[in-house]
Amino acid sequence: MSQEHFMNDLSIIKKQMKQRQRTLFRKKFFSNKLALTGTIIMSVIMMFAILTPFIVSTSPYTLDTANRLLPPSAEHFFGTDNYGRDLFSRVMYGARVSLVIGFSVALLTSIFGTIIGLYAAYFKKLDSLLMRTSDGLMAFPAILLAIAIMASLGANLINVIIALTIVFTPLVARTIRSSALIVKEQTYVEALRAQGANSTRIIWSNIFPNVISPLIVQATFIFADAIIVEAALSFLGAGIPAPEPSWGNLLYDGKTVIFNAWWMTIFPGIAIMLTVLGLNLFGDGLRDLLDPHNKSKK
Amino acid sequence: MLNFILKRILSLIPVLFVVSVVVFLLVHITPGDPASVMLGPEASPQEVAKLQEELGLNRPILEQYVTWVGDIFKGDLGTSLFMKQPVLTAFLEHLGPTFSLAIMAQLFAIVLAIPLGVLSAKFRGSLLDQTFMGVSLVGISVPSFLLGLFLILLFGVELRWLPVAGYKPVAAGLDVHIRYLILPAIALGSMQAALIARMTRSSMLDVLSANFIKTARAKGVKEFIITIKHSLRNAFIPILTIIGQTFGTLVAGAAVVETVFNIPGIGQLIINSVERRDFEVIQGVVLLIAVSYVTINLVIDLLYGIVDPRLRVGKR
Repeated sequence: MSQEHFMNDLSIIKKQMKQRQRTLFRKKFFSNKLALTGTIIMSVIMMFAILTPFIVSTSPYTLDTANRLLPPSAEHFFGTDNYGRDLFSRVMYGARVSLVIGFSVALLTSIFGTIIGLYAAYFKKLDSLLMRTSDGLMAFPAILLAIAIMASLGANLINVIIALTIVFTPLVARTIRSSALIVKEQTYVEALRAQGANSTRIIWSNIFPNVISPLIVQATFIFADAIIVEAALSFLGAGIPAPEPSWGNLLYDGKTVIFNAWWMTIFPGIAIMLTVLGLNLFGDGLRDLLDPHNKSKK
Repeated sequence: MLNFILKRILSLIPVLFVVSVVVFLLVHITPGDPASVMLGPEASPQEVAKLQEELGLNRPILEQYVTWVGDIFKGDLGTSLFMKQPVLTAFLEHLGPTFSLAIMAQLFAIVLAIPLGVLSAKFRGSLLDQTFMGVSLVGISVPSFLLGLFLILLFGVELRWLPVAGYKPVAAGLDVHIRYLILPAIALGSMQAALIARMTRSSMLDVLSANFIKTARAKGVKEFIITIKHSLRNAFIPILTIIGQTFGTLVAGAAVVETVFNIPGIGQLIINSVERRDFEVIQGVVLLIAVSYVTINLVIDLLYGIVDPRLRVGKR
């Protein structure tokens, strides 16, 4: 057999193996009922968030003082708020805000956290500087630091994303660092180093692929945490400013009329709960699959 | 032992340094001039200039930092611009309710979670276990302020069993004090309870499958004694860790829950200061909370050293 043939066969076998691994992964993931529930919940919520402008005909901003605080009805599924705005539409548009924030924060913290974590693990000198800094940042309870940063930056969407990214990046950096430290000690990395491979290449093409699993799991949980903290910030008046709807500021409005209008608290509340539950289930499922050491005991 | 304590205390220095830099920078990341932000748009240029002078904002930033840290070591955390009182005094005035609430929530969480976790582990895979763990998963997914709002709707609006807002100090009678804190404590403690229950369960599962438990069982030791005396005691370190680690979060969470129930604690102090852009208060309070958080963790670490001698030598 010529070498060309051999390489061809090899690549076909490799491809088949990859495919089998993928099917196996899918099978395992979907046989995990909780993970499947999480996936379904998240898909439904994301679908709603994306399609909102097409399925919700009422604007979330139209004031209608004649129809203030109407209970849920066929016309207003979730009732109306204290300005007569349609609550269904506001909760739906709020989903977009929450998901955009959750996703952006998960993405940004993943990028910064990965860079910091990998370099801290690889370069001993950088390690203590970077890790002491992240220890310092982690000494602040997340919500508190977020509130303080928002107070300085001013309340708007971009600043919420900035504040939450600062708050959560150390968490990712820690996870990546501890995974990378294990990979770094493995013989093949040592071999590469002995051969004189340059450090950027080792870090990105040899260590990085091995820390992707814990990164994805961590990012899922940060997605959920970011949604919770954003809701808390907006609820306290330090997040998304009115009249833009976010689940947190809907709850803030709801609190002022909690004795007259239960729907203003229940619907945004359930929306937050479902989203966070969906993400937690999804994350737990992923972790069981990708990170066998951390497997939650069944 | 002394060596261990000393090492652990020294390791705090860099962390506290970073904490101080972050808190110091809070004022300086404001877009625009902090003094005019603090005074609002109606302030005259003279007033702004005067405040800048007072706060030392026109001096070099390094000098400002050194003065600021120096003042802190003298016990001076600045003066609130709006309340016209030292930040430390304001903090101490608001500390009582927050402290009471955090302690009640922690007690609620521990008393509820540890028995549930132990039972779950003992009857692993049973309906009981699945129910508890399902509930705890939901518990982790409901942020405390949201649970607080739901509790107000249920107990305050529908059932009218408990007071849903306000705070009564211990001086008004211990029973009244506790009655006002029941709903806030449940709201705040539930997520904690869920975390502790899950940790108790997994930690108990580890111990229950250990050889010495099998031996005890073979010797005919009563199942109850095995569970409590042999297993729970050994499973306790990770449980203690999670309790310690999350206590700081609890204190911060208290700030949010206080707003829900109108409790005049640290949380309300922070939120009011954020609305008024009273930076001195924000800085002071955030610094104090971060430092107490670090201190609590230190104490817990030292406690381990006492509880489990292996940790003293084992550490790096």
